[in-house]
Amino acid sequence: MELFKSETNFDFMAWRKPSLIISALLIILAIGIIFGRGLHYGLDFEGGAMIEVKYAQPAEIADVRNALATAGFENAIVQGLGTTTEYAIRIKPEDSAGVPAPEAVKPEPATPDAAKPEGDAAKAAADKAAADKAAAAAPATGISKAETDKIAVEVLAALKKTRADASVTRSDFVGSSVGEELREQGLVAVLFVILGIMVYLWLRFEWRFAVAAVASEIHDTLITVGIFALTGREFDLPALAAVLSVVGYSINDKVVVFDRVREIFRSSRKGEPYEILNRSINSTMSRTIMTGLTTSLAVGTLYFVGGPALENFGLIMLIGILIGTLSSVFFANPILLWLGVSKQDLMPRSKEDPELAARP
Amino acid sequence: MNEFPRWKYALVAVALFFGFLYALPNLFPKEPAVQISANRGFTVDTALKEKVQGLLETQKVGFESIGIDGDRLLIRFPDTTVQAKGSDVLRGELGENYVVALNLASTVPHWLEAIYARSMPLGLDLQGGVHFLMEVDQKNVLEKQETHYSQEIVTIARDKKIPGVTASRGAQGIVAITRSAADRDRLAIELAKATPELQVSNGTSSDSGFSLIAKVSDAKVRELATNTIKQNLGTLRNRVNELGVSEPIIAQQGDSRIVVELPGVQDTAAAKKILGATATLEYRAVDTSIEAQSAASGGIVPADAKLYTRRGSGAPVLLKKKVIASGADLVSATAIPDQQSGTPSVSIKLGSQGAKRMLDFTMQNVGKPMAVVYTERIPDVKMVDGKEVRTSRIKEEVINVATIQGVFSSQFQTTGLESMKEANELALFLRAGSLAAPVDIVEERVIGPSLGQDNIRKGIIAVILGVTLVVIFVGLYYKLFGLIADAALLLNLVLLVAILSLFQATLTLPGIAGIVLTLGMAIDANVLICERIREELRNGSTPMAAISRGYDKAWATILDANVTHLIAAFGLMAFGSGPIKGFAITLAIGIVTSMFTSVMVTHVLVGLIFNGRRVKTLSV
Repeated sequence: MELFKSETNFDFMAWRKPSLIISALLIILAIGIIFGRGLHYGLDFEGGAMIEVKYAQPAEIADVRNALATAGFENAIVQGLGTTTEYAIRIKPEDSAGVPAPEAVKPEPATPDAAKPEGDAAKAAADKAAADKAAAAAPATGISKAETDKIAVEVLAALKKTRADASVTRSDFVGSSVGEELREQGLVAVLFVILGIMVYLWLRFEWRFAVAAVASEIHDTLITVGIFALTGREFDLPALAAVLSVVGYSINDKVVVFDRVREIFRSSRKGEPYEILNRSINSTMSRTIMTGLTTSLAVGTLYFVGGPALENFGLIMLIGILIGTLSSVFFANPILLWLGVSKQDLMPRSKEDPELAARP
Repeated sequence: MNEFPRWKYALVAVALFFGFLYALPNLFPKEPAVQISANRGFTVDTALKEKVQGLLETQKVGFESIGIDGDRLLIRFPDTTVQAKGSDVLRGELGENYVVALNLASTVPHWLEAIYARSMPLGLDLQGGVHFLMEVDQKNVLEKQETHYSQEIVTIARDKKIPGVTASRGAQGIVAITRSAADRDRLAIELAKATPELQVSNGTSSDSGFSLIAKVSDAKVRELATNTIKQNLGTLRNRVNELGVSEPIIAQQGDSRIVVELPGVQDTAAAKKILGATATLEYRAVDTSIEAQSAASGGIVPADAKLYTRRGSGAPVLLKKKVIASGADLVSATAIPDQQSGTPSVSIKLGSQGAKRMLDFTMQNVGKPMAVVYTERIPDVKMVDGKEVRTSRIKEEVINVATIQGVFSSQFQTTGLESMKEANELALFLRAGSLAAPVDIVEERVIGPSLGQDNIRKGIIAVILGVTLVVIFVGLYYKLFGLIADAALLLNLVLLVAILSLFQATLTLPGIAGIVLTLGMAIDANVLICERIREELRNGSTPMAAISRGYDKAWATILDANVTHLIAAFGLMAFGSGPIKGFAITLAIGIVTSMFTSVMVTHVLVGLIFNGRRVKTLSV
């Protein structure tokens, strides 16, 4: 079985100017989106409120989740606390922003217990002062005691709609579980990866290949994250893992084409770069599409069937596979041509006389 | 051409055997269970078993099995909801005489466990784990600061030639006593200059002295609190990471608490062992003004000193109160043989703050002894009038006394230790004591999975469906060679699971997604090989030559592609932490196993199928 013609002969290099311009524009656009609109970071990265609730009578965890989802807290994480009456709920502040606080408890958002009498001005002021202090004490976590309490009140109202015996036993803010160091370490990791790949490709191929590959990596990562930011979905840990996987997939794809470029350069007589790059892309085309398809099949099911826990991972991988495949053809190779790749640079060097070995 | 030396067949067979063996335990899921152990004076016996059985039956809690296992009673339940119900019932009925704890019972046969074949623990998202709430003792931080500042005040007074100033910690802050009102004013001015973070006010005046009260400012206290939490968070993260519990959650909660959640454990006693004793350490000077032995027996201890005992021998040691460096200053402590003498030693590195103080101290005290005080806090919860009262015992010990050989600051060695074991132990203690402030475990709970059953089910279905689709697609597209690739793919899955189980990597839903992705990409090698074979056939090669050249040529590409991919994985592994590290490890192992299965295993299979046969066409 063959899905496509085995011997394609497209003149991809003819489109190198428009494709490079489009790529550059997309990169700028992606940077604009990422820094302008920003990523919607999840609970893993930003922290949020941790609310513990208790029911007088045993409750099913699914009911707690449903009650919260109906009230608009789709991203809330609900965990059982070892008994059938106590649950912990984790929520990000923005998730509750669209939900209006119920009228009855609105005037005094500083206390989590809705049953408390209102109007004690001194108490409210003290609470506010305490809240301000807490906010000042924890500037890094980005959520104050007042906000936490507001969320607690909203959560309780949502739960009471279905079960009147619910009560909040504690509310607190939780910091990010990933930690600040991950952001710094993440950057170091990415730099290390880029450097490592560059050195390897430099040694095995030539510096032009290293530059083209790394430029494409940056291109692919930025555009993938940019498109994801447009969807407005929450950027969580699985999403980060997916972005890192996109880097892996895309480098794999580039190296396969580069390998063919090197092979054809070495075996051909003329060594006309324009021609050879076109032939390399065309002869690896069937494998590029096949691998793209099989990997998409695997991650596509994660997106369409996997449910909320795997959706982001699947979606980012799908975007990344598409962008990574396109950039192998329309970005990495045009850059190679632009940098002036030549037959001489790719001939195996002999130790005694590199000049002699380079001759055909 | 497509025949191999015997060792290749043997290697594939051995990999196959061990792969299946070590992947096997994952087919035996851990069962949620409730374990009952007896308090002093009571026993776990058949009478208890029958009582429990009766209780569960009357309350209509369905359990799978009940049995006595050593000195505990183990009741297995079909799922965690029923488990929670069961434990609620039993806790209520059995009372104080028995301890009812949630547990996860292994169903892996004993012979597998004997060869260390264990199943992968499931992550917090799939199964939950233990939740610890730890509280950082902020009061202790303030106390330490006040002690530090009272020393500082005396030093400043001495430097500025204000005579006879003493300072100590009082109820309202630090109380400094001066001889005259004029001295007091001068001291207040000097303190405002030298230590602006202190709020100074006049206290009582009498013939015996004029007191000055210094308080650490609120802003400074807040800053300290934030910093200690941050330092403690970092230290706890390292501790948990060092112990190899993968995918934990360690986060700040409120302004003085830290949440630690460990997956795959339901037995809180075991988890507490992992977090270890909370301890702090301090470097202090040994007071040599009087004999420690006479101070211990005579009871005369100088005002700026305190009596401690040596760990092990219990011998008294008299130490200055002033702290030279504390655990928070410690950057690293490693046991290594001394470079000059080869005797066991511990190499210690301090941060810049501690280094400066150490430099100041050692410049003036060469030849004098210095000691390390190790303070352990053992939290204790008692029930008083039906309320939980939390107290903690403090155990202070001197773990090491060494003579200062020269002037040093950030890096130095403690030598003269008796054995490498002792050196290792000291280094371990030093590292354990590097928490900035003592933390107490104030709450421990077993928590359920963070993902709903519904979402877990969806995820698992997607994973199975994804792999099945890939297998069918590749089989249809490359026919016989596709089926061979499929066989290799499944073997790859087995090997990957086996290695991850051996490492005891925690399995999370995103981790499973990573495995699927690795499998999806592993097919790439087979695609490369098959496409090459097709190309060779088109170019007019004979079938056997096409296979041979196809593998040869594809190998160069596969190697380059995988090595670059592996560099990416190693980068993430070296610098990422927690979940990202776990993901990178899965990726790296997957790349290596896929090179083995996609290239060597398929080639061996092809060799077995075509060996000795003359084929005219290839099914590819």
